Amino acid sequence: MRNLAIILGMAGVTYLPRLLPALFMGRVNFPPWFQKWLRSVPYAVLGALIFPGVLLVDRDQPWLGLAGGLTAVGLSFLNLPLTLVMAGSITAVFLLQLLV
Amino acid sequence: MKGKLVFLQGARAGLPIALGYFPIAIAFGVLAGQAQFSWQEATLMSLLVFAGASQFVGVSMLLSGAGGLQIIAATFFINLRHLIMSLSVNDRMRDFRPLQKATLSFFITDETFGLLTLGEDKWSGKTPPGYMAGLMLTAYLGWVSGSAVGGLGAEFIPPQVTTAMTVGLYGLFIGLLVPPARKTRSYALIALASMLINWILSLVMAGGWALVLAAMLAAGMGIYLMEEDQ
Repeated sequence: MRNLAIILGMAGVTYLPRLLPALFMGRVNFPPWFQKWLRSVPYAVLGALIFPGVLLVDRDQPWLGLAGGLTAVGLSFLNLPLTLVMAGSITAVFLLQLLV
Repeated sequence: MKGKLVFLQGARAGLPIALGYFPIAIAFGVLAGQAQFSWQEATLMSLLVFAGASQFVGVSMLLSGAGGLQIIAATFFINLRHLIMSLSVNDRMRDFRPLQKATLSFFITDETFGLLTLGEDKWSGKTPPGYMAGLMLTAYLGWVSGSAVGGLGAEFIPPQVTTAMTVGLYGLFIGLLVPPARKTRSYALIALASMLINWILSLVMAGGWALVLAAMLAAGMGIYLMEEDQ
């Protein structure tokens, strides 16, 4: 019973911020500066999601996440498809864990 | 294009996320089991919340004796970042029906947001609802099914694999960000500034707040850097 209450509470407070823009962004026309801000959001959010979070993949060994992240950067510079970038960083970290 | 085909294309695009989610969701299910959640409850949480980081924090807090209201408050702050992501996604859903917007918004996660905004864009900004639904539902299935498997007591996934798969999701973010950042200098500047600000802020405040503030501030640079129309 308590678990169910916690689940429903978490579900409610998680859906709220996801839903709000869907309710008020209907046909409102935003000023140009806000449109530019909005178009910049994906790059800013992805940047903030990557760093420093990538260092916390293994809290005891921050270099492990860093190595995986740098592998992904290197593979992206080779213009490899997304799945290979992911697979490469996973393989690198998995092998490093076995070696060290 | 036929609706079914568009949906399947979206589902295919979402497959890397589902594969990345699955083993991490198993780890979540196992942890939830340790916190006295039945496998049905663990699966229900993934069905209704669908936000990985907060689910891990939630059951961990329960294990360390936190109360329900504390957990719900922490969940709210961790998931506040979806607000800016939803602003951006809803900007691309202006022509959708209200019910479609409200439904698809539920499925916004770090990963579905990243793929929808920076993934291969063959729709030139007009992503159809069916494609979004296919992508999001695939990711959702990966998360929910993994939670059920983990909740049923599957502990066959060693922690090293979970660690490596977590890096895979960072690989997804990096693989999405690098190509546009290489092409357009202002995108790279915005992303790098956001990393730096987030790093500094996360030293002085909770991670959830730092991320939201950093992203809002760094996107503010775009007001001066971005071209007027594109």
